[in-house]
Amino acid sequence: MLENESNPTISKSTGLPRKRFYRARAHSNPLSDSHFPVPISPGHVDYSFHYPQLVSSDQADSNKKIEFADVGCGFGGLLISLSTLFPETLMIGMELRDKVTEYVKERISALRATNPGQYQNISVVRTNSMKYIPNYFGKGQLSKMFFLFPDPHFKEKNHRRRVISPHLLDEYAYVLEIGGIIYTITDVEELGEWMKACLASHPMFEALTEEELGADPVIKLLSTATEEGQKVARNGGQTFQAVYRRIAPSQ
Amino acid sequence: MDDTQIEAGENNKDIEVAPALISVHPNQNSVAVAVGSDLRIFDLLGGRGVSLVDDSAQPFHKDSIRAIRYSPNGKLLVSAADDKLVKIWSTDSWRCISSVCAEKRVSAVAISNDGLYVCFADKFGVVWVVGLHELDGNESLVNRKAAPLLAHYCSIITSLEFSPDGQFIVSADRDFKIRVTVFPKKPLDGAHEIQSFCLGHTEFVSCLAFICTVDYFLGFLVSGSGDSTVRLWDITSGSLLDTCEVGAKSGLLESNGGDEGCYTVSDLCTIPDGNLIAVAIQGLRGVMLLCCELSSKTLNAIKVVSIMGESFIPTSLGSGSDAELLWMVTGVSKLSGSDCDSLARVRVLSGFKKSNPDSDGHELTLLGDDELPGSVKLLEKLQGSVTIEENVFLAAAEAVKTAMCNLLIKKQYTMEKREFRKRGRNDRKIKQ
Repeated sequence: MLENESNPTISKSTGLPRKRFYRARAHSNPLSDSHFPVPISPGHVDYSFHYPQLVSSDQADSNKKIEFADVGCGFGGLLISLSTLFPETLMIGMELRDKVTEYVKERISALRATNPGQYQNISVVRTNSMKYIPNYFGKGQLSKMFFLFPDPHFKEKNHRRRVISPHLLDEYAYVLEIGGIIYTITDVEELGEWMKACLASHPMFEALTEEELGADPVIKLLSTATEEGQKVARNGGQTFQAVYRRIAPSQ
Repeated sequence: MDDTQIEAGENNKDIEVAPALISVHPNQNSVAVAVGSDLRIFDLLGGRGVSLVDDSAQPFHKDSIRAIRYSPNGKLLVSAADDKLVKIWSTDSWRCISSVCAEKRVSAVAISNDGLYVCFADKFGVVWVVGLHELDGNESLVNRKAAPLLAHYCSIITSLEFSPDGQFIVSADRDFKIRVTVFPKKPLDGAHEIQSFCLGHTEFVSCLAFICTVDYFLGFLVSGSGDSTVRLWDITSGSLLDTCEVGAKSGLLESNGGDEGCYTVSDLCTIPDGNLIAVAIQGLRGVMLLCCELSSKTLNAIKVVSIMGESFIPTSLGSGSDAELLWMVTGVSKLSGSDCDSLARVRVLSGFKKSNPDSDGHELTLLGDDELPGSVKLLEKLQGSVTIEENVFLAAAEAVKTAMCNLLIKKQYTMEKREFRKRGRNDRKIKQ
């Protein structure tokens, strides 16, 4: 850790990046034409770059594919909890804010360094998932998608910026395998109702039953694992979740 | 990029020119040309120009027409313009039978193979559908509402096409994407099932067309792009079958030399029941012919057909299903520094049926103005006048190129320039 002494953005005690050096505005405009590299197709995603220990560069076309996507992963709390819960599964966080992505990158590499062999299955990418989901994942590739505490975009004029919308659900249904699960949670009641309504009226999604929700170990992470979720809990806020399964459309 | 260039680029946005468009009736009963807000139709059977009748609340188009298309059964013609109107014309009476209001400017139209649904795409990436079921008996349906069918997230949709079997609707956008969606039994409820994405282009996708023959009736998709390529796709899987670098090829094949660098494909036209594809390329005088070998799934450039003695860079191509002729048009609306408001020049290539695909299309001939079906009368109707000054067309081609780049290519700024532009942001402005 000698080199970290000169680097104030890394905590001396834990070796993890310090969040206060990665502050960013909570909102980002998904409609703006940002400039960042986008893979031409899912075949162009560099797995050996994201998961160097699990996928070596010479076997880039191996069958191991990303299965979980945390859309709008923020500071990456959920990814880190999921990483140890599903150590065999490749997962990726997608975040639009550049600084926040940098933080998650640093956090993952610090965790990898301090826990050898662990956290090799998680990575993060800076992208606009509302535009470029099909560039990252093929048809039916994902088994879980997470949308935790997304930007509520209250104004009606800005509803088309919401990450859950009837038209975007078509794309999420495309990348999810049949039986794959989409998890949403928010502390904004209005947005919670909106997300539930969008999912309920979509012909390719059905709600999980109460028993299924109870049996799913991921559910309790929704409100506890993320930084945003912990903030809500600290302030004694309410959360609203909608968890739906991808089904085959009835003809 | 220095200051002056940026200024120039931004000033040009004020003059949004629209390229001239052409569409040919599937049985070559008539041919339509759109220049600016003007929709010109020539009846090839009757050998006369058509006067359109429009009794709707907002008659005719008030702004540049961006898309025209005949329905596959030939009964309808649809036109869409920057005035946010989609007009559906009957090709029997040449009346406007429906005028649909769009929320945003329309960039592409398509009509289902059964002629029952008109789809149009807008600049916000939403594809809308209008049902025409009661249209046949009842001519008075004026205010039909469109329902959203699908959406590309806030990306300009550049082209819309139905698959030959009618099972899929294919949409292309400026974000390099081609989306293949199952066209549902009840389209008014939306099309939710995506069959595939065809990804591989590295610039905006400008045009789509299907190539199919008796042996391959499901057909393959062909797409043209700002990345100077034409690509061949299997839409079921979305896999890229072949890529033809038309930019590089046209540089080698062209005899009279175009300008280097920009070889944006502006339009594609597949010759029905054959394996030939005509490609219009910005900066290329004439058209390029590609041959698609459907059995081996490959695309090959055959030749460039140059238009001798004229600076003819086509902006749009068309052919009927009985494809003896390839119709080409060049022109532009609202060209600054020119007296003519809307210019167009129509040329026709003949001999597609006669030419054996293996013979490299040597027998193609360019029809002279007096050899055209309808001759001078056709030119008077479609061009506006029989003769048009030559040098105007180069300016027109240049204007179309600039307009297309402004619209579809992301602007690149240096870091300093970006910081400077942020100062003008509305949300940062200090209230006075």
